[in-house]
Amino acid sequence: MKPQWQILVVDDEEIMCESLAAWLREDGYLVDTASSGREAVELARRTDYAIYFIDLKMPGGMDGIDTLMEIRRLHPDASIIIITAYATVDTAITAIKEGAQEYIVKPCNPEEISLLVSRIIKVKRLQRENLILRKKLQRRYQFHDIICKSPRMQQVLDLAREVASLRSTVLIHGESGTGKEVVARAIHFSGNRAQKPFIAVSCAALAETLLESELFGYEKGAFTGAAERKKGKFELADGGTIFLDEIGDIGPKLQADLLRVLQERSFYRVGGTEEVHVDARVIAATHKDLRAMVEEGRFREDLYYRLNVIEILIPPLRERREDIPLLAGHFVERIAHELGKPVAEISEDAMRLLMDHSWPGNVRELENAIERALVSCRGEVLASEDFAFLRGNGPARFQAPDNMTLAEMEKRMIEATLRRTGGNVKEAAASLGIDRSTLYEKLKRYGIER
Amino acid sequence: MVLGLMEIRAPDAEPLPPRVIPAMAQALEACLPVRVAGLKPLAAPPEALDGRRSQWSAPALLEAVLASLPDGIPKALGVTGVDLYIPMLSFVYGQAQLNGRAGVVSIARLRQQFYGLPGNDALLEERARKEAVHEAGHLFGLVHCAAPGCVMRLSVQAGQIDLKGEALCEACAARVREVKE
Repeated sequence: MKPQWQILVVDDEEIMCESLAAWLREDGYLVDTASSGREAVELARRTDYAIYFIDLKMPGGMDGIDTLMEIRRLHPDASIIIITAYATVDTAITAIKEGAQEYIVKPCNPEEISLLVSRIIKVKRLQRENLILRKKLQRRYQFHDIICKSPRMQQVLDLAREVASLRSTVLIHGESGTGKEVVARAIHFSGNRAQKPFIAVSCAALAETLLESELFGYEKGAFTGAAERKKGKFELADGGTIFLDEIGDIGPKLQADLLRVLQERSFYRVGGTEEVHVDARVIAATHKDLRAMVEEGRFREDLYYRLNVIEILIPPLRERREDIPLLAGHFVERIAHELGKPVAEISEDAMRLLMDHSWPGNVRELENAIERALVSCRGEVLASEDFAFLRGNGPARFQAPDNMTLAEMEKRMIEATLRRTGGNVKEAAASLGIDRSTLYEKLKRYGIER
Repeated sequence: MVLGLMEIRAPDAEPLPPRVIPAMAQALEACLPVRVAGLKPLAAPPEALDGRRSQWSAPALLEAVLASLPDGIPKALGVTGVDLYIPMLSFVYGQAQLNGRAGVVSIARLRQQFYGLPGNDALLEERARKEAVHEAGHLFGLVHCAAPGCVMRLSVQAGQIDLKGEALCEACAARVREVKE
């Protein structure tokens, strides 16, 4: 069934109006007619038509161009096709200047008109889908969709909310899987750039030269394979936000280029001589200690301060365990629905297991664990057995023993490893990740016998 | 339901080949829930001719068909040998009131001779059958269909008429059944 797109045909000749309307109705459109510019504007006030066919020459003080201008004022996105019995270049130029999408001369070929209407409708359908997707994205990535109740996380969100409408650069710190990109998206979609693009780039995923062309684009012929000019992520994010994930992984050359973009708000495409100006808000994220990297000389201090205008620290999940039940419940609901499983809740035992786990992979690990458990779950309640993999393969929680020095700990570790290898030094050294000579030296120092 | 079928005669039109109207009637009864009744020929009103274009106005002929409908004939299709137009377009193969009572079909551009080619009666009959069912489909509320083989697919060139099938696709057939019920 075709969607019911609405079209208005405006012509003072009734036969012209009605016959075009009848033709378009046969194509499945809902068509209204108006015999004057004034009547058309009245109808346009009440209905948002997808396409307007307007005759250029109409009596009564309001010709096609006047009608076109008034309708464009009411509906700036409307598609307007001007029709006339005779074409002159001047009127065509005026019509297009005033915002007509097309200009056709009657009588026109039926193929021409069918193609024209279907082409416009195709674009309108894409625009509508785009709008719906944008709204969905906006709804999905706003702050109220970030699930948490811990005071530390609430503070993070309060700060993020405050800075959403600023242009200042934001640096988000957090371990892998804590939701750095989720927070970055929430900042973007809650601020005044929400209607513009949010472009995410993982700096760790690409080699430095590739990342450079990815970020700044390139000119035709800049390198082998550069057949066309390509816009980079900064240009694509113009007016919106660029999210640079794993910023601690970029090399010295890109650090310098990035500093320039942050200072000058402009850059050159790879192989280009023309300066490109952009207005993109930068949100960077890392799981690394950038301050330590600055002290070690591995990250530019000036770039660090440019990025670190607003700093947001996302706590790891193990430091906000009160969020685990909420998050787990949310994931069960969402993933069970996606998998078509009737699972509704998590048993008390299973929840205890989730609360005790250290979650080194943070929220992402929790989400994956819930999905894995749901896949194998046969009942309607997730039981602790469904999370057995967390006990077996998960990294053991490390408990530091009281009153023990590092040297004592090392000695005990070496003794335990040698016991396991049956006194085989080569095997023990490999297992401990040190050279055989280093192990011999330590055996001697601690007086360990094989 | 009874569907009237009539010839629209015009002074400058070549007579319809004798097989055209019976072929149309057969196709209409095969594809639509109708019983076809032959109606007496109608003379095209002279004012429907546009002398500058040397074409006949489809809306004007449609009005004439509508005005001529006898009692007991809820819908009818006029068939003519003259070339039809609507003011906006350079030509049309036919026109019908969507979900209405009257439609017209022209065979002028269905003839191979129109394109400077040798005549082909079998091809003309096939095209005429398709266009008759197409316009009558509009009378039953069907709009143009995107299904490649469906007779309700829009054709603006003779080649496109040849490419589509003679029957309604399943979706259009179901819609006609709904209308009837």
